[in-house]
Amino acid sequence: MKTTAANKKVRSRRSLSRNDRFTLAAFIGIPTLMQIIFLWLPALITIVLSFTYWNGINVSDIKWAGLANYKNIFFGTPVFYDALKNNLIWLLWFTFLATPLGILLAYQIDRKIKGHKLFETVFYIPVVLSLAIIGIIWNFMLQPGGFVQGVMGRDIGNAVSIWGNYSINTYVIMGVASWRHIGYIMLLYLAGLKSVDPSLREAAAIDGATEWQTFRKIVLPAMRPVNIIIVVITIIESLRAFDLVYIIYGTSTAWPLLNILVFQNFAGQGISMKGAAYAVILLVLCIGPILLYLRNVFKEDLK
Amino acid sequence: MSTTIVQNKAYKNKQKIKDNFISAFIGFFAFVWIFPILWTVWTSLRPYNDIISYGVFSWPRHINLDNYFHAFRVMGLTHYFLNTLYVTIPAVVLTLFLGSLIAFVVSRYSFRFNLSLLLLFTAGNMLPIVLTYIPVFWLYIKIGDLFGNRSLLYNNYLGIVLVHVAFQVGFATFVLSSYMKTVPKEISESAIIDGASVFRHYWNVMLPLLRPPLAALGVLMSCWIYNDFFWALILMSEDSKRPVTSALRQLQGQYITDFNLLAAGASIVAAPTVILFFVLRKQFVSGLTLGSTKG
Repeated sequence: MKTTAANKKVRSRRSLSRNDRFTLAAFIGIPTLMQIIFLWLPALITIVLSFTYWNGINVSDIKWAGLANYKNIFFGTPVFYDALKNNLIWLLWFTFLATPLGILLAYQIDRKIKGHKLFETVFYIPVVLSLAIIGIIWNFMLQPGGFVQGVMGRDIGNAVSIWGNYSINTYVIMGVASWRHIGYIMLLYLAGLKSVDPSLREAAAIDGATEWQTFRKIVLPAMRPVNIIIVVITIIESLRAFDLVYIIYGTSTAWPLLNILVFQNFAGQGISMKGAAYAVILLVLCIGPILLYLRNVFKEDLK
Repeated sequence: MSTTIVQNKAYKNKQKIKDNFISAFIGFFAFVWIFPILWTVWTSLRPYNDIISYGVFSWPRHINLDNYFHAFRVMGLTHYFLNTLYVTIPAVVLTLFLGSLIAFVVSRYSFRFNLSLLLLFTAGNMLPIVLTYIPVFWLYIKIGDLFGNRSLLYNNYLGIVLVHVAFQVGFATFVLSSYMKTVPKEISESAIIDGASVFRHYWNVMLPLLRPPLAALGVLMSCWIYNDFFWALILMSEDSKRPVTSALRQLQGQYITDFNLLAAGASIVAAPTVILFFVLRKQFVSGLTLGSTKG
């Protein structure tokens, strides 16, 4: 049996004509080449550049720096730790608040409670909006003379500075970020929930299990593959969070994040390879979750 | 027997009350969620002078679409919408095409490097984008100089299209190859026995079968690429070539005081993806879940 299968494979490969082989090579070659030139090669170059001094203009100016950029970041740049702290806040907020809320929301909507269709739509709309638009909407809500200030009874003259006040802006940024994240998680989870056998839940209900018990003992274990994906998404999104804060503050470090620091050193006044080093630090932090994701997705193929 | 039914009924009644409570609770949050959007649209319908003279919370004296016409005229939105089309359509088509090629080979022919290829593409999709920014920027200028035209890729739609393709093709490959695994091998075998060439096997046999995931991916990627404003900020030096989302960001600075106009502009720019979501919601959702994730 085994030999026939092997024969078949050999035969099918031999039966490929020269033309066919050429087609296959092109089918693989063109996309792979593009992927390597515009993605992997630049990524590798950035890793190498993180060990150099360079202003980004002439290649001949590149000078070997060893670990100097990293030393500078770890020992001479306090804002790096502020950024790490903010990324961590982001991660904790998403892990313990936004993601669980998205999951619970999906669970309730999947039970087809009253108005579930409307809820699904409403919570998903922020996800399809561009951040350029989200920036405008929230700026409008929060600016002096805007809705939120009005509700707090502050007119333009004595408005609260929301973006400039560290104890407030962290919560506001996390709130706006959740505004998008919850809908995204909800939709991913909702799709997964459709595959959970409904009779399992009915049986649990008849046995007198509470809603919470059913969720924890039946639904959550059945959703294991989706759970892993959602954990990975939550971590990666928190680590590479960027655009929302960039929309609000540009490249200033009023509320630094790792990605903002990368960008600050790559664009703006001067290009410095400290930016490359920040990017590599970001990559190192992302590798764990990426591997976890790949292992989960290709579990069967890897065997 | 009858006692369990009674118990069951009591349980169901209790559950019903609870469910109504949950509904009301989520409904309240749904209102909070949608409110900023409604408020923006509401503001866009009111003239600037009304707000200045009577305040944000005043009862509207005038409601009209003037801000919308005005936004199209003074912001030149039509022009920027066209720029977006020049980027989005080629990028989506090319991504799906290249992704389907790899997915086809990987799922239909057994080579030793199939899995590594798939890993290369899927992992590429999850890399932090900033990692590539400086080399891509530099590469674009060098390639341009090589061909004697500095704006061959830099400050050109082609350049933006290529980076989008490079980043999205991994996701497309992953989704399409997992879909192709569900297509019976017999279809391919009979095509090969009938003597179809590799190209015919791909074009006439497999591609038509891929319509559902291609549609789903097409919708999702159009939305992502439409919404992106970032690459254009980096790789386009001329403002007039930027897509509509980047332009809106620029205009935000310019019209910061006339918020009603800006609200109208934002509503116009938001409309295509929101409409796309409402009309093609099924494709939208299945696009996300086919791949289960987009990092």
